Amino acid sequence: MQKSLRQSFLKKVNTYKVGTLFVLPFLVLYLVFVVAPILVAIFLSMTDYNLFQTPDFVGLKNYELLFMEDDVFITAVSNTAVFAVISGPIGLIASFLFAWIINKAPFSKLFSLLFYAPSLTSSIAMSVVWMYFFSADRYGLINNVLFNLGVINEPILWNTDPDTILFVIIVISVWMNMGSGFMVFLAGLKNTSKELQEAGQIDGIGNAFQELIYIIIPQLRPQILFGIINAVVNAFGVFDIAMVVAGLPSPDYAGHTIVAHLYDYAFIRYEMGYASAISVVLFLFTFGIGQLAMKLLSNKE
Amino acid sequence: MSVEKGLKIRLHSGSIGRLSFGKFVGFLLLAAVAVFMALPLVYVVTTALKPLNELFYFPPRFFVEEPTLKNFKDLFLALDGLDVPFTRSLFNSVFVTVTVVLLVILLTCMAAYGLVKHKVPFANLIFSMILMGMMFSQYVIQIPNYLIVNGLGMVNTYWALIIPKIAVAYNLFLVRQFVQQIPDPFLEAARMDGAGELKIFFKIVMPSLKPVIATLAVFSFVNNWNDFFTPLIFIQDEALKTLPLAMQMISSGNSIARAGAASAATFITVLPTVLIYVFMQKHVVDSMAYSGIK
Repeated sequence: MQKSLRQSFLKKVNTYKVGTLFVLPFLVLYLVFVVAPILVAIFLSMTDYNLFQTPDFVGLKNYELLFMEDDVFITAVSNTAVFAVISGPIGLIASFLFAWIINKAPFSKLFSLLFYAPSLTSSIAMSVVWMYFFSADRYGLINNVLFNLGVINEPILWNTDPDTILFVIIVISVWMNMGSGFMVFLAGLKNTSKELQEAGQIDGIGNAFQELIYIIIPQLRPQILFGIINAVVNAFGVFDIAMVVAGLPSPDYAGHTIVAHLYDYAFIRYEMGYASAISVVLFLFTFGIGQLAMKLLSNKE
Repeated sequence: MSVEKGLKIRLHSGSIGRLSFGKFVGFLLLAAVAVFMALPLVYVVTTALKPLNELFYFPPRFFVEEPTLKNFKDLFLALDGLDVPFTRSLFNSVFVTVTVVLLVILLTCMAAYGLVKHKVPFANLIFSMILMGMMFSQYVIQIPNYLIVNGLGMVNTYWALIIPKIAVAYNLFLVRQFVQQIPDPFLEAARMDGAGELKIFFKIVMPSLKPVIATLAVFSFVNNWNDFFTPLIFIQDEALKTLPLAMQMISSGNSIARAGAASAATFITVLPTVLIYVFMQKHVVDSMAYSGIK
């Protein structure tokens, strides 16, 4: 009896041994640096913790403070939401349309390089360029062009006026983030079935637009789902660009985002419990929208 | 009249008219947008070559008139006020990024191979954890990550920039779909010939994953080369700072004296990512088709 148990155990070990050894290094790192941190963040969000003393359990107090007392957080959420609602759809639709056009256009390789290249840059490195484009005086390229066209008499204070900061962040971020969705769509388009397109033409699809709606988009559902999740994660994670454009804190908190608030409380004030509550809220936002997108668009039952 | 008629017929017959007026306009529009997309990058090049006086022309000029390499000389040889030379930050970035890229490729391909072609306990659970990991930004886990990295004594070391960045959900998701396409009989045949698992992995699996490995290389290179947040929270030691942090210091200092060096530094920071992408473009486009979530 004992022996057969041991034998079946050994047999199990043997069937699993090779696979487990291959998976283990990645899995350990993933568990330690991705999965465990989420659980730790949820725990810490219910504590007072300043890095030096042991965490003090406070229940849901941090969340209460966040939503009831912290006006700056509400500003950050609303800025991030406005940013996501505008830049997300614009970026997605533009990247899809351009992928569709470029896929059929001559010089498609060159065009796809031009559209993807901005995604290869870093927001910090490009800050030199943005300061030149959006500089708040007459030296700024955009102000200069607008002057010469006679559109404005006073320079627009792009990165210091609370009314324009978010707009500048959106423009830069669409420029920088369009590429990844674009590339996924372009690759998907290259693999769409020619037979379906021909069948569609026989069935009376007359123009390219109808073809796009009835033949191409349904085939690209997995890529679109990926694009949406990617756009949501990117939009809710906006931070670098906001910091480069408007600084931290920005004038009137006009460029303050959820991640900027998180960074402020975590790594400037060291209020780790409170900051963890911010990160849990951020997680719930992106994960919730991601799950919703999966429910609506996934092919799997 | 007849021209109008001709156009109409072409529009009706859809894709037959190869060089129709509409298509030509569309192409021009596309070219215009492409130029707009490229402007900031062109500016990176032109401004890096501008002598100091041209940087402060009024009205500002987009293109360079008398190109010079002086900005690069300033950046590498004589940049006042930086505690460590720019070359040191450059080295840090190269070292950290290349190490991460190599480890990402090795460990991700191993894990994908193990998961797909072998029996692994809780394989489904592992896969749903991977899918979940694609649905939130890295910032969510920064605080616990900081505590863990701190607890492991890795703050202010290269390790802090390397170890936490290796296991990325998206990478495994992508490679997994390529491993699924390796035919099993292929692997069985090698096993019959007496090849060990390691040999099969390195001689058969890795070579057939080439396109997706190229893609992994591009993505992890770009992400880690450009990463600003991780070194921002983990590295205080000037000698260990990577390019994005050095960039921030150069451009935030005395802006007039450093404008030239900053534009040269921007060029050097952007160039490698564009180059690596250009070399691997074909592979990237081919493998991105597998990014879809079904």
